[in-house]
Amino acid sequence: MFGLELTTVWFVLIAVLWIGYFALEGFDFGVGMLVPVLARDETERRVMINTVGPVWDGNEVWLLVAGGATFAAFPEWYATLFSGFYLPLLLIIVALILRNLSFEYRHKGDTAAWRARWDAALIGGSFLTAFLWGVAFANIVAGVPIDADKEFTGNLFTLLNPFGLLGGVVLVLLFLTHGAMFVALKTDGEIRHRARALAVRIGLAAAVVAVVFLVWTQVQTGSVGSAVAFVVAAVCLLAGIGAAAAGREGWAFLGTFLTIALAVGGLFLALFPDVMPSTTSAAFSLTTTNAAATPYTLEIMTWVAVAFTPIVIGYQTWTYWVFRKRISTHHIPTADLAAARG
Amino acid sequence: MELVDIARWQFGIVTVYHFLFVPLTIGLTLVVAIFETFWLRTKNPDYLRLTKFFGKLFLINFALGLVTGIVQEFQFGMNWSDYSRFVGDVFGAPLAIEGLLAFFLESTFLGLWIFGWDKLPRAVHAACMWIVHLGVLASSWFILAANSWMQHPVGYDYNPETGRAELTDFAAVMFNKVQLVTFPHVVLAAYMTAAAFVIGVSAWLYVSKRHGSRVATEEEVGAGEAEAIAATARSDREMYRKGMRIAAVLMAVAGIGVVVSGDVQGKVMTEVQPMKMAAAEALYETEDSCAPFSVFTIGTPDGQHEKFAVTVPCLLSFLGTGTFDGEVKGINDLRETYAEQYGADPGATYYTPGDYVPNIPVTYWTFRWMMGFGALGAAGSVLVLWLTRRKRDETVGAAWIGRVGIALPVALVAANSMGWIFTEMGRQPWVVFGLMTTEQGVSPGVSITEALISVVALTSLYAVLAVVEMKLLAKTVRKGPEPFVEPPDPGSDDHDADAPLTFAY
Ligand code: HDD
Ligand code: HEM
Ligand code: HEM
Repeated sequence: MFGLELTTVWFVLIAVLWIGYFALEGFDFGVGMLVPVLARDETERRVMINTVGPVWDGNEVWLLVAGGATFAAFPEWYATLFSGFYLPLLLIIVALILRNLSFEYRHKGDTAAWRARWDAALIGGSFLTAFLWGVAFANIVAGVPIDADKEFTGNLFTLLNPFGLLGGVVLVLLFLTHGAMFVALKTDGEIRHRARALAVRIGLAAAVVAVVFLVWTQVQTGSVGSAVAFVVAAVCLLAGIGAAAAGREGWAFLGTFLTIALAVGGLFLALFPDVMPSTTSAAFSLTTTNAAATPYTLEIMTWVAVAFTPIVIGYQTWTYWVFRKRISTHHIPTADLAAARG
Repeated sequence: MELVDIARWQFGIVTVYHFLFVPLTIGLTLVVAIFETFWLRTKNPDYLRLTKFFGKLFLINFALGLVTGIVQEFQFGMNWSDYSRFVGDVFGAPLAIEGLLAFFLESTFLGLWIFGWDKLPRAVHAACMWIVHLGVLASSWFILAANSWMQHPVGYDYNPETGRAELTDFAAVMFNKVQLVTFPHVVLAAYMTAAAFVIGVSAWLYVSKRHGSRVATEEEVGAGEAEAIAATARSDREMYRKGMRIAAVLMAVAGIGVVVSGDVQGKVMTEVQPMKMAAAEALYETEDSCAPFSVFTIGTPDGQHEKFAVTVPCLLSFLGTGTFDGEVKGINDLRETYAEQYGADPGATYYTPGDYVPNIPVTYWTFRWMMGFGALGAAGSVLVLWLTRRKRDETVGAAWIGRVGIALPVALVAANSMGWIFTEMGRQPWVVFGLMTTEQGVSPGVSITEALISVVALTSLYAVLAVVEMKLLAKTVRKGPEPFVEPPDPGSDDHDADAPLTFAY
């Protein structure tokens, strides 16, 4: 169909889903981690949380669809990855549960202790997920021990190697920058200026570490395509930081958005045509062909994706439009704050 | 303990837990959408108050349905990787499509609904909840299609070369005959459950001190306040009465649908999984005609010897075949048939001869409890309709309404769990009926320690979350609906776009 290898099409689509996930949920992870840093009081914390309120769940569905699509299009990849990276994924699940519930339950309690506990869940959960996804992706790209039965033969500590850990740090820093850019774009008042200043500072740190990581990746497994993506990603990051410094928040946010998209895209380009290279023997690597579902399944899925992805992108964009207004402290209803204090 | 046992315990625990919240989500999205539409139509403030109140309770519940769903999506790969490899080609597609078609829709439009009170014109706002409900139905459709395929695999070929089941006919999977009866049964059962919840909460408020008929005395709250409370309580009571009656009608109608669809399901099940029906009745020997159905039995735990039983003649024949003199196969005959059919199939590496009998006491009792709790619930809804009819002295019914109110949601949630435990345990030893046993599906590379860490971590986290959720629900119910405030109307000209948000986290 379409004159293309469907396995390649699905590799690209899964890359797009992960890109969507990281570029979108990346900023709500960032906002979560930055709550204790950027907000000075309860009202400002609520301003920050409300910037992502209407969208975080939609952002997270990108992950669920990426997972489901991997299951359908590359069952072997799904099976090896999820059973292999067992404990990190368990941690990610627990962290996601805690931070998602924090959004929904934090404002429902009466006491400061209640809110403090859910703040911890939000901050810790956002940080842990960001870090562990970084570790996981670095390891997928670099390769892990996989045997002839397509089974992962390492353990948790196999994944905690220097390259993996660096991947974790890079993702955390990028998300922090991305989150700060988002807060600067979506709020008004003092917090907006604080967020902008912070975005520039963390952005520079992120740029340094990210460049080290991307060069390292390029040297290990890079291709021409990944090199181009990585260079453009770095340029976007610097441009974004520059825009933030100049007070152009929309451009600044676009900059980090593209940085994350291109960096993740570059990782997938470096991976192709493997989906999970084996360090045990290249012959055992999972590839877009030996891990794939049958052409018939891929064809059905392609039709569904072609028909519905534009619709999804359409209404998600509309949501961002509906909630385009900046939020500031005077938008936070004080009545229920007072009631909450009791 | 073997890995497969741990993985089964985990799957059972987290899935039943997920399904405590799912029926409420399915049903409450409908109820809230109905209340909001009634408000738009009638402009009666009571309906807006009910919309917001049950909307709030729905969100507390939804949050847990959502986070426990994430675990579901991941755990096939984590604990059941051989199963995932084997079925991914067929089973992965509905899961992926569910995400793309349903989850995006639900999450996006729910975000719009929650935060959109001062951003969207009123009709658009109400439409958002209807769209969420559509999304929820789509979600149920695809996930149940996946599950129905496990009950009755169709539209696939077994490929001995790859050792996988490969999809050949997607439409057959989507319109599996098991799916066609399961979907209405599950969705209608969910409507019943949510309706029971609405009745329960309204009934409790109806009879409670602060809000309802038993108005607080002057000694308790002081003279001036007692009068004011009494006045609002009188009008609030009317609101709860409306809520209860709408929900009771929904529950009664859905209840009929559940029984009808369940009856058809029983026939399809007898056809595609005869062992499950035999196990449901603990029927060891084939009955040529007029097989009796036991309502209640006392006997040995394996169901082999009965000491005392209350039976209805010929009912099992009717449940299974649609005629009172139909033949129902017994466990012993079926075991032999299965062994012949599946034990000797050449080339199928995934087949192992076993004894093909699920856990009898579990299937026997869960089947009865599902029907029993559900019947009690349906009877309760009729009772509520009668107790809340006009021109009735309210104080007489109050005590009864309160009791029925608390019992209803508990009974319905229990009926749902029992139904699923029956369905899934009754399929054992298969994970995909006739194709792959549960034991063969488990992840070969996962250690017992890892699996134990996972089941213990998730179970304890879930236990804590259950307590938090119950507390939040109780607290919100106790507070009762907020007083009516005219919501902003972004559709109108004098709308102040800079006012504080109507809803904020
Ligand atoms: C409110 C809940 C509720 C109520 C009142 C009923 N059921 Fe049910 N039943 C379910 C909730 C449920 C369920 C939890 O939703 C199940 C689990 C799987 C499924 O398809 O629906 C189920 C499964 C299920 C199955 C198993 C299908 C299979 O394994 O293939 C049968 C045969 C029935 N039901 C039959 C009935 C009959 C004859 C009922 C009433 C007379 C009845 N159910 C009432
Ligand atoms: C919400 C409804 C469901 C409930 C409450 C439920 C419950 C259960 C339970 C209790 C078990 C354990 C059975 C045993 O160990 O004997 C089980 C097994 C299983 N179910 Fe379901 N299930 C549900 C829906 C599904 C769906 C929709 C799927 C597929 C998409 C599914 C897939 C499985 C699998 C893979 C197992 C394997 C473990 C096993 O058989 O022991 N279930 N389920
Ligand atoms: C065992 C297989 C199951 C899997 C893999 C699964 C997956 C999920 C996931 C990932 C979510 C969260 C979606 C979100 O973030 O918005 C979810 C929620 C939900 N699931 Fe399940 N689920 C399973 C069983 C079921 C069953 C049997 C039903 C219905 C019959 C169901 C219906 C729902 C509904 C209505 C929601 C709430 C809506 C929502 O959160 O979006 N699920 N499920």
